[in-house]
Amino acid sequence: MTQARNEAPRWLTALSHSGPSARLTRLLHRCGICGRTAVIVPPLLWLTLFFLVPFVIVLKISFAEQQLAVPPYTPLIDWAGGGSPHLHLHVSSYAYLLGDPLYVQAFLSSLWVAAISTALCLAIGYPMAYAIARADRSWRNTLLLAIVLPFWTSFLLRVYAWIGLLRNNGLINQLLLSLGIVHEPLVMLQTDFAMYVGIVYSYLPFMILPLYANLEKHDPALLEAAVDLGCTPARAFRQVTLPLSLPGIIAGCMLVFIPAVGEFVIPRLLGGTNSLMIGRVLWDEFFSNRDWPVASSVAIVLLAVLVAPMVILQRYLGRDGAPGAATATMHGRPQPGAPQPLP
Amino acid sequence: MSRRRPLFLPSALTAGLVFLYAPIVSMIVYSFNASRLVTVWGGFSAKWYHELAGDRQMLQAAWLSLRIALATASGAVLLGILAALALVRFGRFRGRTLLSGMVTAPLVMPEVITGLSLLLLFVAVEGVPFMPSSRGFATIVIAHVTLTLSYVTIVIQSRLATMDESLEEAALDLGARPAKVFVAITLPLIAPAVASGWLLAFTLSLDDLVIASFTAGPSTNTLPMMIFSKVRLGVTPEINALATIMVAIVTVFVAIAGVLMSRQERARQRDLRLAAANP
Repeated sequence: MTQARNEAPRWLTALSHSGPSARLTRLLHRCGICGRTAVIVPPLLWLTLFFLVPFVIVLKISFAEQQLAVPPYTPLIDWAGGGSPHLHLHVSSYAYLLGDPLYVQAFLSSLWVAAISTALCLAIGYPMAYAIARADRSWRNTLLLAIVLPFWTSFLLRVYAWIGLLRNNGLINQLLLSLGIVHEPLVMLQTDFAMYVGIVYSYLPFMILPLYANLEKHDPALLEAAVDLGCTPARAFRQVTLPLSLPGIIAGCMLVFIPAVGEFVIPRLLGGTNSLMIGRVLWDEFFSNRDWPVASSVAIVLLAVLVAPMVILQRYLGRDGAPGAATATMHGRPQPGAPQPLP
Repeated sequence: MSRRRPLFLPSALTAGLVFLYAPIVSMIVYSFNASRLVTVWGGFSAKWYHELAGDRQMLQAAWLSLRIALATASGAVLLGILAALALVRFGRFRGRTLLSGMVTAPLVMPEVITGLSLLLLFVAVEGVPFMPSSRGFATIVIAHVTLTLSYVTIVIQSRLATMDESLEEAALDLGARPAKVFVAITLPLIAPAVASGWLLAFTLSLDDLVIASFTAGPSTNTLPMMIFSKVRLGVTPEINALATIMVAIVTVFVAIAGVLMSRQERARQRDLRLAAANP
């Protein structure tokens, strides 16, 4: 067996000196390239077809006009005019967006809600990530798992659970009433407050995990050195830990901010009927008004707004070294009990 | 300050964990409530589970969602392995930037945009050969594979990146063809990542409401779509029962996965020690 394995290359080397072997080598070489291509092409093709091309179509339809037909928008290129194509570029849906203060306000309020939610996530998530990073090594994986475990269960059901807690006769109000803190139930459901609770609750792990990935790598000797040199712990935190954790902070903030801007389910279920989130506007424009061009232009404008944060995210995720550490955890549900990188 | 800090961090962590778990615990408790009024405790009862088991529409939706999730996870894992291999092992190639950009972008892309753009694609290609002719199971699976492919690729990619390449190189030096090396060496080594990527894609697909709503046809109803329409009409204890079942299943799965992986990790550590002891 061993001999056979040793024979093969020698047999090949012998061949490669003769005429037809050159062709064989070339063929093998080409096959080697074929192998590479076979690996690269399927995912590339899939993502191009189902991720990139759809955006081109959205862009195209955003420049069309609504019409009562199937599909419900005017064609961009019209071949009817005898052979020569006519290009119909309507900017009416964009003009409609910018002209109606409702849409402008919806964009601004989505950005505002996302920014506040991101700040709240950071304020709650940073101490939690720091506590886990400084916990005993044997505890860290368990604590991380505890953070992540709720997020393996349905997101929709977890948002639904908050309805039960926040209702007028819900658990929180009953608790407050029985403790005598309030005398009539607080109206919490379908307010901005409920929406913030829902968003912070749903996106908290997206903040904690990149922060933890960063904080865990800090060398405690740095803090000891700072304290030895007469720093108070608070100042050491401010001047050593905080600046070092900046990449984690930025990655976490972007991971919360970007999807929160376009959030639909949480504002719809927990927010008030007049909460103007752009995701909800897009949904209604598409499903209720059947106005595909306006829905498409909302999507294009939203995308244009989010390009800058996405580029920032890409840069900061790359900066933390291996794509593993930060990015593996960024999906909010790292592998349960998966071996963590060895110390 | 110096004395308060050690107390501050653990209490912040505890408060945060209570915040994360309180809604789930309340759902589990109320799923056993005999009273229809969600707020009144009417004694212990399993009647909502009986009601759930008799809800044909709900069961059909759950079965459809399960099939979609199975197909999605398998498809996403196949493509994800290829994408991860290309990104980690192939160095520079034409289209690399494009591929890595398209792998990370769906992670943060707001779901309404992904959903809308995919639906518009499906409408545009209706009638084109090899493309789904009507919306339903196939279009949802395609949409979910596109969404979950990023997650799967990143999980496998991080495993490949931290893996020792010398084993593969040794096999290549000994004359094994690249395909053989992949099957005999690489695949078993990345198996845990492949498994967790599969599970991740499965749960994400099972959970998705927005993209499924866009890409489903008028007669297709997945489980999240059913839950959403029920919840919009008001709180029903049946949903609590459903949530409890899902939490139970997830907990069991995660526990099994955790035990298996820690056992495997211990075996690996032992092998490493043995290898170090007997050079």
